[in-house]
Amino acid sequence: MSRLAAILLAATLALSAQMAHAVQPDEILPDPALEARAREISRDLRCLVCQNQSIDDSNADLARDMRILVRERLVAGDSDRQIREFLVARYGDFVLLNPPMNPGTYALWATPPLTLILGAVILLFWFRSRRRTADVGSQPAALSPDDEARIQALLARDKDEGGRP
Amino acid sequence: MRKILFLLPLLVALGLFGFFYAGLEDGRDPTALPSALLDKPVPQFDLPALLPDRPGLASADLKGSVQLVNVFASWCVPCRAEHPLLMRLARENGVPINGIAYKDKPEDSRAFLASLGDPYNRVGMDEPGRAAIEWGVYGVPETFLVDRDGVIRWKYSGPLTPELVANKLLPLIEGLQQ
Repeated sequence: MSRLAAILLAATLALSAQMAHAVQPDEILPDPALEARAREISRDLRCLVCQNQSIDDSNADLARDMRILVRERLVAGDSDRQIREFLVARYGDFVLLNPPMNPGTYALWATPPLTLILGAVILLFWFRSRRRTADVGSQPAALSPDDEARIQALLARDKDEGGRP
Repeated sequence: MRKILFLLPLLVALGLFGFFYAGLEDGRDPTALPSALLDKPVPQFDLPALLPDRPGLASADLKGSVQLVNVFASWCVPCRAEHPLLMRLARENGVPINGIAYKDKPEDSRAFLASLGDPYNRVGMDEPGRAAIEWGVYGVPETFLVDRDGVIRWKYSGPLTPELVANKLLPLIEGLQQ
């Protein structure tokens, strides 16, 4: 019995976590397939009032209007693409949370791979210069007889003092 | 080669300095968006009249002369700040200003105009906010400049300021009226 209660509680919690969005009950379409598409589209559309939330997450008035608009157009038979184009025509590419590839966004799209390549080139140069110094260091110049004599003298002195400097 | 590498941090720092300095430019609003409707014909819309003695506003009304379209609401505080400027524009420059009352109860919009003055030529009522979506409005106030052919030539989101009107809007209107 208590196990059943625990399972039910877990399911409720999981469901309520999923439903933490701004869509109000009166906005939801009766057709679950259309509603799922509406949610999918809404998640990719920016709320222009809050600017970093999707209209699916935002409680702003404008976001609500846009959610209702998306659903109306879905019911009217528009494709997902047509709905996105409808809003882009009015609000610009900024309304899309996933920026499209065009001359205005080339820099945006190119920066991550370019940074990666730059980092790889810097690492390559760094490793190569390190190996070069390591090669030089592996063949130290032989000690001169004078140096050898000084080392022996120092070692002998340490021994005399019982190993303590 | 070595020298260039040593200069690199300095160059990067200077570049960043320039970038941030440009960001501090006076009056720059980082949340302002470029309008997708710039240089496009005004959208299709038809709004009922707010006032008994003044017609509503539809797309066809915006052809034939250079006009302004101002989206306002009684609940919008910056609209109140901007209003005296619109009154002055209407009085001194004679350019027709059209109003769109955005997501507002009609009686509230009417009270707003009754207490602060009415600079508008035509006032349309957009209580559901649907025409505003056609205009790409995302906040009020917003002001659009429409040329003779009904093409949107300039748009500003936020309250107009005297500087903006003198340095930007009036020269643009003059240019379009010639």
